[in-house]
Amino acid sequence: MSDTSTTTSGDYESQLGDYFALLKPRVMQLVVFTALVGMLAAPVSVHPVIGFASILFVAIGAGASGALNMWWDADIDAIMRRTAGRPIPSGRVQPGEALAIGVALSGLSVMMLGLAANLLAAGMLLFTILFYAVFYSMWLKRATPQNIVIGGAAGAFPPVIGWIIATGSFSVEAWLMFALIFMWTPPHFWALALFMRNDYDDAKVPMLTVTHGRTSTRRHILAYTVLLVILAIGTGFTSIGGPIYLATAVVLNVLFLIGAVKIWNRNEDDSEADNFLVERKFFRLSLWYLFLHFGAILAEATLRPYGLGGWS
Amino acid sequence: MSIRAEHELHSRRRGRNLGIGLMLGAFVLLVMALTFVKITNIDFGDLPGGAIQTQESN
Repeated sequence: MSDTSTTTSGDYESQLGDYFALLKPRVMQLVVFTALVGMLAAPVSVHPVIGFASILFVAIGAGASGALNMWWDADIDAIMRRTAGRPIPSGRVQPGEALAIGVALSGLSVMMLGLAANLLAAGMLLFTILFYAVFYSMWLKRATPQNIVIGGAAGAFPPVIGWIIATGSFSVEAWLMFALIFMWTPPHFWALALFMRNDYDDAKVPMLTVTHGRTSTRRHILAYTVLLVILAIGTGFTSIGGPIYLATAVVLNVLFLIGAVKIWNRNEDDSEADNFLVERKFFRLSLWYLFLHFGAILAEATLRPYGLGGWS
Repeated sequence: MSIRAEHELHSRRRGRNLGIGLMLGAFVLLVMALTFVKITNIDFGDLPGGAIQTQESN
């Protein structure tokens, strides 16, 4: 991490909202939702109070890793347009405060999840925080163009943690949910990298668009999308799938594949001409893609006690 | 020397302090709720010596 210049005057008093923004609330939403689906899709029921507390601590752990990431990446956040308004580069929160909040909330969330749920879930949360804050942020992100691929695992762990909260153990179904997010992350972020084209170059982050070129990135998006389609539809035939999931997955994956093929077929002139319309649409669709897949898994799990969900 | 009831710093940080206070209060309530649920749902047979106690009580 290097020094960052602040843009806010020295007498600015940090507000609660500034500290909250350190926790990356939008990422927390995804973490809460996927961890909740992982917990509810498990074949073991959880007491509502324990379930609520556990998901809250997972969210706090995710927020803590977000704060540590912002502390470490403050120098490149200040350069990139997308991240220049974050609390540290904009001077609303001091780097030391972000570090303290990140470390304190990491410890609190892991300890409390261990008490509320079980030690395996707590251990998995600790591993996820370290994976994101240390392995991804401090090393991978600035070292390899595969940063998004490997780092995507950090965002994929929450449904596994949710499953462990309920069952106390790992299972194939939990890893299928992990794989769904893991394979979804590269096309999602590479589409973003295509239309936020100068950000990563300016910050010297070795994004695939920078190291291998934009044509190669388009090919990578298609390749990962094909693998994701096979995985997402295949999951429909497992115990967490069912008719609702399969119907949702078929529609979404056809749309996603069409989007990836369009991106692959385009060149930079086409994209510049319409201000990356196809890439932007693909990115927006990717958000719905993940939300609706997990929504369908949740629907199957919710209907299962009434004999309606799943294949039985 | 008299102590001023409210320093300017306090009024500047009122929103922040109130928010932190509310969060701490909510945390205390959550721990209480967790403790209550854990204690009322405990299976005493799972505790060390629990099986012996259960046999003795039969």
